[in-house]
Order: sequence, then structure tokens, then C-alpha cells
Amino acid sequence: MTRSLLSAADLDRDEATALLDAAVRMHAVQSREVKKLPPLRGRTIVNLFFEDSTRTRSSFEIAGKWLSADVINVSAKGSSVSKGESLRDTALTVAAMGVDLLVVRHGSSGAVQRVASWVACPVVNAGDGTHEHPTQALLDAYTLRGRLGELADRHVAIVGDIAHSRVARSNVLLLQTLGARVTLVAPPTLLPAGVGGWPCETDWDLDATLSGKAHGDVDAVMMLRVQRERMTGGYFPTEREYAAGYGLSPQRLDLLDEDVPVLHPGPMNRGLEISSAAADGPRSVVLEQVQAGVAVRMAVLYRMLAGAAEGAA
Amino acid sequence: MTTLVLRGARPLGGPATDVRIESGVIAELGRGLAGDDVLDADGLVLLPGLVDLHTHLREPGREDAETVATGSAAAARGGFTAVHAMANTSPVADSAEIVEQVARRGAAAGLVDVRPVGAVSRGLAGEQLAEIATMARSQAQVRVFSDDGLCVADARLMRRALEYVKPFDAVIAQHAQDPRLADGNACAHEGELSGRLGLPGWPSVAEESIVARDVMLARHTGSRLHVCHVSSAATVDVLRWAKARGIAVTAEVTPHHLLLTEDLLSTYDPVFKVNPPLRPSEDVQALREALADGTIDAVATDHAPHAAHDKDHAFADAAFGMLGLETALGVVAEAMVHTGLLDWTGVADRMSLRPARIARLSGQGRPIRVGEPANLTVVDPSSSVVVDPARFASRSRNTPFAGRALPARVVSTIYLGRMTVRDGALLQPVGAS
Amino acid sequence: MTGSLRAQSDPAHALLSAADVGRTLDRIAHQVIEHTAHTGFDLVLLGIPTRGVPLARRLADRIDRFADVRVPTGSLDVTLFRDDLRMRGVRPLGDTVEPEGGVTGRTVVLVDDVLFSGRTVRAALDALTELGRPRAVQLAVLVDRGHRELPIRADYVGKNLPTSLTQTVRVLLDEIDGTDGVYVTGDRA
Repeated sequence: MTRSLLSAADLDRDEATALLDAAVRMHAVQSREVKKLPPLRGRTIVNLFFEDSTRTRSSFEIAGKWLSADVINVSAKGSSVSKGESLRDTALTVAAMGVDLLVVRHGSSGAVQRVASWVACPVVNAGDGTHEHPTQALLDAYTLRGRLGELADRHVAIVGDIAHSRVARSNVLLLQTLGARVTLVAPPTLLPAGVGGWPCETDWDLDATLSGKAHGDVDAVMMLRVQRERMTGGYFPTEREYAAGYGLSPQRLDLLDEDVPVLHPGPMNRGLEISSAAADGPRSVVLEQVQAGVAVRMAVLYRMLAGAAEGAA
Repeated sequence: MTTLVLRGARPLGGPATDVRIESGVIAELGRGLAGDDVLDADGLVLLPGLVDLHTHLREPGREDAETVATGSAAAARGGFTAVHAMANTSPVADSAEIVEQVARRGAAAGLVDVRPVGAVSRGLAGEQLAEIATMARSQAQVRVFSDDGLCVADARLMRRALEYVKPFDAVIAQHAQDPRLADGNACAHEGELSGRLGLPGWPSVAEESIVARDVMLARHTGSRLHVCHVSSAATVDVLRWAKARGIAVTAEVTPHHLLLTEDLLSTYDPVFKVNPPLRPSEDVQALREALADGTIDAVATDHAPHAAHDKDHAFADAAFGMLGLETALGVVAEAMVHTGLLDWTGVADRMSLRPARIARLSGQGRPIRVGEPANLTVVDPSSSVVVDPARFASRSRNTPFAGRALPARVVSTIYLGRMTVRDGALLQPVGAS
Repeated sequence: MTGSLRAQSDPAHALLSAADVGRTLDRIAHQVIEHTAHTGFDLVLLGIPTRGVPLARRLADRIDRFADVRVPTGSLDVTLFRDDLRMRGVRPLGDTVEPEGGVTGRTVVLVDDVLFSGRTVRAALDALTELGRPRAVQLAVLVDRGHRELPIRADYVGKNLPTSLTQTVRVLLDEIDGTDGVYVTGDRA
């Protein structure tokens, strides 16, 4: 594993598998009476969040605490550009406090990579702009492994606002690394520029994809959040039309086998990209994803902080 | 007045000659000339002083990034004898007071001819015309008007501006960027790389569509249009089409768009963030060919100094722009001369003669002949120098070429018959005047 | 290198042969029975991965055979509790499998192949507290090679094997290595 985790592409198949295996062990802790392990005792982790996210921040915080690290949350929202402090100043100031690892989230793509280039400690990307969110991809892969077993040759459909989704980018990279096949489904306005060069297939037709007619049987479906401001940006005309074309409605759910898991990174827009039938039904693994988030982040923190050198393992 | 002799220089790379300079003009050409001060220019190329159509000097408003004086020094070190100071200062150069102040600061620095560019619209707001006639008639004698940094997006305003400058034979220099196709967040060439990096895309069509509209407006009005920093191959096609029909359009390309490509963005280092963005290599190739065949008339630096704290951000949050003055000639030599696309006569034409003509600048961009004003640049064509930002005369350091070896070092610059740079070093410290 | 390893894995050079390993485990099983019979065999065997786990199972089988008592077994991964994580780098995590009925209130016999510095056992004692509160904890090892760095001793020792620090003790078990035996490699300094 590289010193920092900035992109899902930083992980090769062995490293990704080792992390997912370690997460299985970590997961066991969640059901124990004493939810605490000692390996990161005396280590300090700072969650440096330039963008609000209760969900991801808490997940990293719990993961760090269950490994006995001291976890400090620094909300830097609006601190840099508006107050005249540069990102570099903010990063160096926080790192100078004796931090062993930074977990960074930022609204701009590449910001976490920039931070990693300035500070001496390892950095975990907890989401940067519309670029990547590698631990989300790991928790999705973990959840999928729990349902499907090994992911090689499995077929995952990712549906929604691909263009603005860091979740989609990291998932495409990690699923490809793990040998799975990905089909991205979105209206043409919500597919990224140059998506033809990505290691996956794309489609505009959700029904043809889910039914298996277009790209073969689908083993899992990941629905992405669609932000309502995309409507004013002209990416689609109305919520009604978007939901009709790309929402996971009860009717579309029937196109899927009983055992096809439905994922969503949350928070969900019920009635827009996902119906309550899909969100709360037996195929939904949304809460498993949340649980997996803690286990996967424990595995990531452990592997990045516990050992000085990977070569020793 | 002392006489200066350049010994053994090769005008435009041709046969060697001595050049005697007296009272600000070229007094004599020939061998064995004598003078009070002799510069050994044996084997060096002599060019007319370079003229930059597109320079951000940041004064007034951002003197922490650059001033007229430091920018003039950077220009002199880069071989320039004239620069055009863009209007997007704070306050905006949209009145006679501001343009005259900039011109006065330039004259006080005394290193290059500082020609203010006037804003097209009041406050660069893109709504009402600025006081163009007043600026044109002022002591600054503004002949280039531009809202650069922003596009004159409104077609009616652009039409009026083109018409309004006719009495002064002035030119409207358009920053071609349809703000609806590429808004203020757009910062990376829209394509596979921007998609992968998750950076807001700046599609080439946002430039091409404005250029297409504007050449039709230039045809309709019969006025002069100048297209700033052309970055895309299809824009070149539009320009070629327009020029073939005799439309009065000229265009410039920046040194960085002649050498750098979009793949540098994968580091997310904002030193490579510029507007318009770096494009794929096919565009770079098309721009070089267009500059070679004259479809693009001029190289202009778009020298854009920024304080470090305006660049130490995430890519999308950092300021747009790169330094250009002190590396321009080296970059052009590498991209155009070493590739055989231009000879030194061509370089002189694209970096001095044509830009001076576009800006209606007398006394600059003149042939190297007896009686012409002595605005000259002496270049060592066989040199290779590693770019070291610490040695820049500019107040800023945001060069994308740091650590890169560039050819064609500027040995000496002569402005109005007086040497401003000798052996690469400024002769007159900034602020001395 | 490969040649010398093979020579040292040759049964002729084994310090304990396959038959020795079997007899040694028999003896340990008898000792465990003797020392724990008074508890009514309220006993669990917890193997420390990797090789402690099959050893614990073998001991349980023998106890079943000798005393007709089925003793639950489990495994206890100590990786996350080691004190040398920073020095030795990340190791793959082993399995922790709680024995049927848990550990609280019972006598736990930790089982490992080699007792050396004692640091693994210390980590195991910490790891054990996460599972519950045993009535008593004992330690069984196939080989004790000396060089303790902590005040820890085994309750059941298969063989005391004086070694130098430059030597390596290798325990092979059929379940993992395809054969049984104990070897010492490296120079005796």
C-alpha cells in the first residue's frame, strides 16, 4: 500500500484484497462488547474536513477510536479561500501539531493530493470534489463481497449523476482492479467528458441495462445521489422526468433477481433516484454499507499507521 | 551622448555586422565601427525589440504580485521593448485617469514602452461601453481595448465596441470564452482527462463559437478584431476562413500554448492553471502551424503574475495565469525555431513587427535599418539555460517552466538606444529611477 | 540456500521427528488432564495463529481420547495487540474464533508452537481480555527456546530447546506444512 491513500487506483488487486480481508476481522469488533483494539494507541488522527459530511467524518472517527487512536475533528469549512488563508497554510498548520495521519475531505478535486504533497504524514482522501472517494469504493466492494463473494467477473451497474460523482470514479477504478465489470447508466448530460476511455461500458437506457438485455445480467446496482441543483444547471428538465428515466422504481426493481443487492452511498433522495420500495426492500444493503464503512476505515487506518514498512509483512 | 556599438551581431540571423547606435537611433551598419561602449555580439542574433500585446502588470491593485516597474524589468530581461498592460486592474483601466497613470509609471521605470490597454466595458462588467474615446485621446493614446480576463459576451455590446473604435483605428482584443459554455469555475480542457480528474471542463467550443461570432461582427462592421490567446485547432480554422475573406482579424498565441499540454494537470498543480486552459497536443501542433503560416499573427505572453498565496490552493480554487515575459523567447525558440517552423526573421515578425502593427505602435517593430529607432534585442541562439524563478525580475514566481532548460537566452536589450539589459542582467535596478 | 534449507528439513536433521511431536503432544495432553481435572474440565484450548491453532485441536482430540472429555477449542489472533507493530510493519490479520460457550469463568489454555521472548503471550493475554474474563489462564507450548524478555513461563512445555539468538526454530505441522517436525537452522554462535 502506498504511503497515502488518495485514489482507488493506488491499490493493486493484492493490496485491495488484503484491506478487504482485514476489514472482515475489523468488522467482528463491532459485535463485541468491548469495541476497542489497541494497535493505534498513542497515535493522533486529524479529520480535516473542508466540506461538511457527518456520515464520513463519524465513520472515520469511530474507526480511529476503536483502534485506540486519538481522533480530532477539524472543520475547516470556509476557512481557507474566504479568509485569505491558503490551503497550504491550513494543511501545514494542522500537520505541525504532531499529527500521525490526516483524513482530508475537500470540495475541490485534487485538493487532497495537494495536501499530501505538502505534509510529512500519510493522508487519506475522504472525498475530493468530483474526483475520488476511495474508502467509499472500498466499503462498497466490502458490501458487495459480503453478498456476492469474490467480485471477479461480477457485473455492477452504477446509475445516476456519474459526471459529478467521486463515488462513481473510485468505484469504477476499484471494481476494475478487483476484476468486476461495470456499466455506467445516466442521461448523456450526466456522463463525464471522455467516459468512452474509461474501463467500463456506458448506457443511456436503465431498463435495458437492468434487464440484462444490453450488457448481460446485472449482479448489483449502485444508485447515486442526484443533486437537485443539477436541474437548474440544465442537466435534466424536471425531477419527474429524471425519476421516470433513471429512478429505481418498484417496477424496475422487478427486473432484478431477488438476490441482486441495491447500494446507495447516501444520503438518499427518495422518490428521485430511488423509490422507498428499493431503499427499504430486501435487496437494499444501505445499512450494511454504513457498517462496512467503519470496518473498512479501520482496516485502512491500521494498514497505514500500524507498521512503519509494508515490506515487513 | 555616448555611442554604443554592437560588434558582430547577426540581424535576424543573417550575416554579421557592427551596429552603431547614437541618439536613440541606428546610426550606422557595417564592419569595424567604433564607439564609446562596445558590446561583443559575435555570433549573436539581433532582433527588433520584442513587443508584447498582452501583459498583466497588476498595478494598480495587486502590487504584491507585480508593479509597472517590476513588470517592466521582467519585460526587459525577456528582450521586450514594449508591453501592453491589460485593463483588469483594480480599479479597472476604464478611464483616462487610470491609463495615464499606468503610462506615467511605465515612463518613470524607463525600461520598456508601457502601453496601457483600455477596458471595453465600464468596470469590465460587460454592460456599458467604457470611455473609449477619452482614453484614445488621452496622453496614453490607447489603441487596444480589451476586457481580457472576461469575454465581451454580449453580441450587441461587442458590435458597438467594434464600431465605436473606428475613428481611432483602434482594435478590440477579445478574450473569447462564452461564459455560458465555460463559466468562472471551468479550469481544465474539457476531455477525457478533465473527466477523470473531476475538474470543471473548459470546452474548446466556448472559444471557437465566440471567435466565429466575432469575425462575423468584424465583417459586418468593417472594424478590426484581435483574438487573444488562441488555444484550439478549430479556432485556427475559423481564423483561416475569415482571413481568406479579407476580414480584419488578427490573433495571438501564448508561448505556453505553443509548448505545454493538458496532461500536466494530472498533478493538480495550479502553476499549470491558465485561461484558456492547456490543450491536447493536437491543438498545440495546430497552433504552431498557424503561427508559422501567419494565420496567427503574433506571440503574446499573457504574463499573469500571482502571489504564492493565490496559487497555494486546490486547483479549482487557485488563480488563473502564468508568468511569461522572461521565458517567452526561449519557449518560442524551442517550439518554433528548433522545430524548423520559423526562422529568426519569422520570430521578429511574430514577436515584434506584427504586434507593433496591430497596436498601431510607432517606433517599435521596425526593421533593423539606419535611421530606425534603436529598440533591439540580442539573443544567443546556441545557449541553453535552466529556468530559475529565483532569478526573475518579476515580483512573482508562478512559471510553469521552472527547472526546464530553454534555448535562446536574451543577452542584451536596448530600449531607445540605451542598454537596459547586459549579459542577462538589468543595468538599471528597479526603483532606481 | 534452497539446498541448505532442504538439508535442514531432512527428517534426519530434525530435533523432533514426526513421531517425537506426536509423543510430546500425548504427554502435554496428559499433563493438562492432570492439572485441570479438578475444575471438572471447565476448560477451553485457544490456539494462537498460525500453528497454535492446529496444535490446540490436536490436544483437544487427545484429551477426548484419554479422558473422554470434549474440550472446546478456538483461535486467538494477537496481531492487533502486539507491541512491535511499529517496528515490524503491518502483518496480515489472523482469525479470532471464540470457543463454544465463550471464555468467561473458565480455564483457558493458550496454545502456541514456540515460546521465545514472551511478547506474543503478553499480546495474547491482552487479546483475551477482549473476549471475556477467564477464571485462570495457562500456557502450553511445543517448544521453549529460552531468551525470555518478559516475566512469562509456560505451564506445559513439550521440549526445552536451548538455542542461540542467531538461530531460527521452525515447527512444521501436517495441517499446514504437510509434515510434522521441529528444526533449528542457522549457526550456533
